[in-house]
Amino acid sequence: MKQFWKSMLKSPSGVIGLVILLVAVSVAVFGPMLFPNSPWRMVQRPFLPPFTLSTVPLGTDALGRDIFAGMIFGARVSLLVGLVSTLAALIVGVPIGAMAGYFGGKVDDALMRFTEFFQTIPSFALAIVLVAILQPSIYSIVASIAVVSWPPVARLVRGEVLSLRTREYVQAAVVTGQSNSWIILREILPNALSPVIVLASLMVATAILLESSLSFLGLGDPNLISWGYMVGAGRTVIRQAWWITVFPGIAILISVLGLNLIGEGLNDALNPRLSREGR
Amino acid sequence: MLSFVAQRVLKGVIVLLAIVVLNFFLIRLAPGDPAIVMAGEAGASDQAFVKQLREKFGLDKPLPEQLFIYVKGVVSLDLGFSFRQQAPVAKLIGERLPATLLLTLTAFAISLTLGILFGTFAARLAGTFLDTAITVFALIFYAMPIFWVALMGILLFSVTMDWLPSFGYETVGANLTGLAHAVDVAKHLIMPAMTLGLFFMATYTRMTRASMLEVKRLDFVKTARAKGLSDAVIQRRHVLRNALLPVVTLAGVHSGTLIGGAVITETVFAWPGIGRLMYDALLQRDYNLLLGVFVICSAMVLTFNLITDLVYRLVDPRIEYAA
Repeated sequence: MKQFWKSMLKSPSGVIGLVILLVAVSVAVFGPMLFPNSPWRMVQRPFLPPFTLSTVPLGTDALGRDIFAGMIFGARVSLLVGLVSTLAALIVGVPIGAMAGYFGGKVDDALMRFTEFFQTIPSFALAIVLVAILQPSIYSIVASIAVVSWPPVARLVRGEVLSLRTREYVQAAVVTGQSNSWIILREILPNALSPVIVLASLMVATAILLESSLSFLGLGDPNLISWGYMVGAGRTVIRQAWWITVFPGIAILISVLGLNLIGEGLNDALNPRLSREGR
Repeated sequence: MLSFVAQRVLKGVIVLLAIVVLNFFLIRLAPGDPAIVMAGEAGASDQAFVKQLREKFGLDKPLPEQLFIYVKGVVSLDLGFSFRQQAPVAKLIGERLPATLLLTLTAFAISLTLGILFGTFAARLAGTFLDTAITVFALIFYAMPIFWVALMGILLFSVTMDWLPSFGYETVGANLTGLAHAVDVAKHLIMPAMTLGLFFMATYTRMTRASMLEVKRLDFVKTARAKGLSDAVIQRRHVLRNALLPVVTLAGVHSGTLIGGAVITETVFAWPGIGRLMYDALLQRDYNLLLGVFVICSAMVLTFNLITDLVYRLVDPRIEYAA
């Protein structure tokens, strides 16, 4: 573990990414406590330009709502959706991949055809259709993002398990009569973990992009403010008020960038063999 | 080769049929009794009319039979009827498809060409300032949401500089013909295509760079160098050609993302393609149209995957498709 942190902190992208994530998480967790302005309440005149009032630093939108407050509350939604939907995708993808790789043969064939099928369907289009049919809410958004993002997990885990299955320590576990589930959970998966962690960090970034795109199209949870929704709301008035679309977009950009950098840093730290020249 | 193509086409058709079946169940999941929804969309809701609709669309029949009717319809290119737009879904999509193909293929061509170009540059200049600059830019473009790139493009090139039109496919009411019309369309195309292409350009740049650096270390490159070949020949014929394989694979995987990006790009730029149609269907909760577009998008992705598979075989003759 110590070794891991040492190499993680040696990679510049990993450090920058960690700092960005740390800031984003603190904003999401503590921001709303320190900044009690509700993002939905009208606080000033509409279209107040940024940097004119210190109480409303980033100006207001078409309804006089505080952009800065929206960005702080939006961080919660983005990070939460990113983390939870990635977790859900792992819960679906890891067992499917592990079973396919471990049992092989017909089980592998069936599970991989199933995975390929989901991988062929255009993911964003499917996410749109699912959210529209289930009705927009934070649950349907998380569920749809999970549905479209588990296949790469399954394929990665399958590949790892496939190569670990023939190792001697796994054979030894088989000979001592351990059950299949015990071998998968205790012997194989812990050793297949590092590439999955790298993939997961990149998936959180993709999930944040997906969530913001859905919200931008008007498929966000109507009760929660999110960065994508803010950009979408500012779209029609972009000629009068550039700040409404610019600032929330920068928030998305920085968070996604941070997570991608962490992914690279993790890759350097966990798979030192592969990382020499970047991905 | 021929049997390989036939096999892949067959596989694609099976996947497409599965998607159609999935689609059928998604329609059934949509809120509300479809007959009542349809009646409402048509502007009448008396019992007799609902019953009539139910019979007409076979909604009173058992589910497996309904599924059979639906699949039979899709196979004969009948994707249902859009009551909101008062037109068959297939006709609406057919009208919009060329614009989407123009947009996505242009974006794809731009991103692949520039991506490979920048990636090659970065790899050849590895470690220099230019390499770092390209890598950092690629990282940033890779993290930008497409809708935001589109809006920033409009802000910069339409609002501030007034260089490019911010929406539509052609100048409304100009009635241009021939070359003037082509130039007009091209002007409208630049921003959407660049917006859509930027993300993929960043991906291909990163991939090409990493892949070229990887290939460079392999033994056959040393051999080529030992043979006394010039650096340019080695780079082009030995390194680049091998380094492009993962890029081609990635391009195939990305076709679905490209379509998804088109939905957003077309929405922002009011580009009259099927992505915009999907957005309109979404706003009006026109589920028949929404799912019709979804099926066609899937079919496009399958076709694109098939083409990449063929290209892959051309680029890398070592690959055997016996299985």
